[in-house]
Amino acid sequence: MLELELFLNFGVPLLILLLAYFLGSYIERRHFRKIRERESALHGYPIMTFEDTPDTWRVGSSTLVSGSVVVSLDYFKRVIAGLRASVGGRIKTYEPLLDRARREALLRMAESAKGSGYDAVVNVRLETSRLANSRGNGNGTAGVEMLAFGTALKLDRK
Amino acid sequence: MDLGQPQGISLSNTESIPGKRIVDFYGVVTGNTVRAKHIGRDIMAGLKNVVGGELKGYTELLQDSRTEATERMVAQAKSVGANAVVNVRFATSSISQGAAELFAYGTAVRVE
Repeated sequence: MLELELFLNFGVPLLILLLAYFLGSYIERRHFRKIRERESALHGYPIMTFEDTPDTWRVGSSTLVSGSVVVSLDYFKRVIAGLRASVGGRIKTYEPLLDRARREALLRMAESAKGSGYDAVVNVRLETSRLANSRGNGNGTAGVEMLAFGTALKLDRK
Repeated sequence: MDLGQPQGISLSNTESIPGKRIVDFYGVVTGNTVRAKHIGRDIMAGLKNVVGGELKGYTELLQDSRTEATERMVAQAKSVGANAVVNVRFATSSISQGAAELFAYGTAVRVE
């Protein structure tokens, strides 16, 4: 009975930790690969953070476009981040997560603009917001939302 | 996601509608919505939380909410006689555990 109790108390969380580590890093690598592919497919598509357009552009129509994504850390990385937060310093496990979420949101915005036939996106803004935990003790699901939005332009061609 | 076109009004987060001229101002228009998380979605998100990555249920929930907030802003703009809303901004705030307010605001104008 002691072995079973030990297994339940320490073995199961350890197993989940390992599973989360392998699955989580696999998912992350795959996501980064996809992001790079999609970014190179959009190479040359003008996305600007400012409003001005070149004088040679004759703007036909415009609309507001957005792209968003909600992501969360895997269990392993949350544990590491928790340990790290207690001593301070750089929390490396969070950096790739936020990076890939932001790039994903930008890609979704750009792909939707391109898909609807728009030629450029100007005045792009990025926003990050944290979703509240569903339970007060911090064990509930928490996520971070990345939002990218901007004004998509259709150019008149002669 | 295209937020403007389906609603029959020009939306832009720039200070004017590109290629058009502003002829009249109607002031600030706003739209909001407060949403709580769905229990089914929360359970799925809880499972997804173990391995990390995108929480699709939440992405959709927030997108729907933002669309609704935008629609309310557009309805207000239409009611004052505007045909465009410029300089649109979005904001999110956590009201209580599990509930969030999303709102959109901008300046209602008439463009030609």
